[in-house]
Amino acid sequence: MDSMISVIRPDGTADPEQDPGLPEEDLLLLYRKMALLRAFDEKAIALQRAGRIGFFVPSAGQEACSVGAGHALRDGDWIFPSYRDHGMALMRGCPLETLLGQIYGNAADPTRGRQMPSHWCDRSIRLVSVSSPVATQLPQAVGAAYAAKLRGEKVASIASFGDGGTSTGEFHAAMNFAGVFETPTVFFCENNQYAISVPVSRQTAASSLAVKAQAYGFRGIRVDGNDVLAVRKVVGDALARARDGKGPTLIEALTYRIGPHSTSDDPTIYRSAEEVAAWREKDPIRRFAAFLSGRGLMDDASIDAAAAEAKEAVRKAVEVVEAAPPVPFESLFEDVYAELPWHLAEARDALLAGKE
Amino acid sequence: MSEKSYRDAVRDALREELIRDERVLILGEEVGVWGGTYAVTRSLYDEFGGKRIIDTPIAEAAIIGAAVGAAMGGLRPVAELMTINFSLEAMDQIVNNAAKIHFMFGGQMKVPLVIRTPAGWGQLAATHSQSFEAWFAHLPGLIVAMPGTPYDAKGMLKTAIRSDNPVMFIEHARLYGVKGDVPDGEYTVPLGVPDIKRAGGDITIVTYSRMLHVALAAAEELSRDGIECEIVDLRTLRPLNMSKVYDSVVKTHRALVLEEDWTTCGMGAEIAARIGRDRFDFLDAPVERLGQIEVPVPYARNLEALMFPDEKLVVQRVREMLS
Ligand SMILES: Cc1ncc(C[n+]2csc(CCOP(=O)(O)OP(=O)(O)O)c2C)c(N)n1
Repeated sequence: MDSMISVIRPDGTADPEQDPGLPEEDLLLLYRKMALLRAFDEKAIALQRAGRIGFFVPSAGQEACSVGAGHALRDGDWIFPSYRDHGMALMRGCPLETLLGQIYGNAADPTRGRQMPSHWCDRSIRLVSVSSPVATQLPQAVGAAYAAKLRGEKVASIASFGDGGTSTGEFHAAMNFAGVFETPTVFFCENNQYAISVPVSRQTAASSLAVKAQAYGFRGIRVDGNDVLAVRKVVGDALARARDGKGPTLIEALTYRIGPHSTSDDPTIYRSAEEVAAWREKDPIRRFAAFLSGRGLMDDASIDAAAAEAKEAVRKAVEVVEAAPPVPFESLFEDVYAELPWHLAEARDALLAGKE
Repeated sequence: MSEKSYRDAVRDALREELIRDERVLILGEEVGVWGGTYAVTRSLYDEFGGKRIIDTPIAEAAIIGAAVGAAMGGLRPVAELMTINFSLEAMDQIVNNAAKIHFMFGGQMKVPLVIRTPAGWGQLAATHSQSFEAWFAHLPGLIVAMPGTPYDAKGMLKTAIRSDNPVMFIEHARLYGVKGDVPDGEYTVPLGVPDIKRAGGDITIVTYSRMLHVALAAAEELSRDGIECEIVDLRTLRPLNMSKVYDSVVKTHRALVLEEDWTTCGMGAEIAARIGRDRFDFLDAPVERLGQIEVPVPYARNLEALMFPDEKLVVQRVREMLS
């Protein structure tokens, strides 16, 4: 369980044993979405620095994880992502404006300005928002999978989380439930080496995170998290097994967060420049570009064009979202309960009267 | 005296106690190398090393559980919960263990534990903006401190660390930058003793933590119109010592409780009930409460701005109570 599955070899070719054999248009789609995510990331950080948004959780360096896993998902699957996995939402067809609207927390936000940025929710694609406390989505993913199983739906749930998430009680309890109830759940751990400032060596003394699955009676697999084809393959296989009633899987994707933990973090305090530079060499987007170039599917010109197209799409989305009005005052009292109760209607009216 | 921030005052208390007593240690998430989410423990790791300033895995139940065990085992742990919201993950260890062990074990084992954690808000949204002091103040066996000034924070934290009882020491994210005078030498402030932060004869404002500063600003404003507020800073919420509140109410005949939490079943409810029972004949008006709107805290800035009582609202409520 300590060995790692890769598809794209150092020379840029695919290992025929592991290659998921995606059609050309899917390969290009994966590339475009990774480029879009990177452009989104760069813009969001710039917006935060400029004071136009309050906060953001970047995913640069981890695009292969969310895009590869997102591509393996099918209609009906439940998504319980971490705050770094907006790539899964993009792959499932969630519009850029929805993601960006959530960050602004204005009228363009379907969740109505209720949660911190990077807490995306979209019922139409069964995307359940992360709750800020780490790993609380894991037992929920098990429950959703159990419900699907009971209702006879042939779907799976995926829960993603960081290496730090494996230290929580929820992680262990959720894994145990999944094993005992044989739920169609894929636990997708993106081991990006750090939980804010704390290295993974402070989260576990085990030789890998994947090995933890053994204790709960199911499979644990390690995959190269900077190799989008490897992630696509391993997550795809695990989801297929889950949908087929073969139970849960824990996947540990080895990757690296190139940027800060969030816009409130300064990683230079706890990481060396050399370490970051070494991981930059393994950049998942460049690595996939080399593969696509080798296959004759892309060249320098189309790589540049994809980056420019991504940048423009993000610029347009920002324009749309910034034009949206603030969330209305009355909405503060809505959605607390399934229907607006009398006491909140009174509180709303009292506040309204006080404002006049 | 030196002017110090609340953050520096808390750090000074920790540092002095770490030096004074080698049984003291700090554990929590990001408290070591990074120096704490709100930079409270910054530099302590360099000075005291990784054996006493411990970065833990992400598991609040284990942080508090291990701290309870270490406290029984002869140490004096100061556990940091990144924010009070994460105390929810550790609730059983706090409620059923830290607070009750001494009682349940017939006094055979003590739990000299301090849990430091900030309340606070500021576009942190529904799950990260809570203020659970009333939950903890509900618990026999626990001491709940919630200081509002650098002076009190330092003096009370030193007392908390030296106490043989478990202390929930609730700081506030929006107070860390607030400055105030702090003595240069050794001093402590007792737990369980409120403090009059402003004297006045027209109305009593009972408050604590950040709301103390909202009350002080409102009192300044009201004073310009000749309305003098007396501000009682509770400082400790359990045990709740009412004597200074009672003395004040006997003088002013009116009381407003100002809290940041939801008011339903909150500190204000307790205080109003006690005043109503023990000083009923001195009251000219019902005890009033001001707290946050009873919905989860939203992220959107325009909505969050409506959530908490501010100076303007306090001024308005006091005028209503006096008219
Ligand atoms: C229960 C809980 N404790 C602490 C935190 C504060 N916190 C936010 S993110 C984080 C680190 C998470 O690291 P990891 O799980 O490795 O995911 P990554 O951020 O690296 O993707 C911490 C400690 C939290 N959100 N929830």
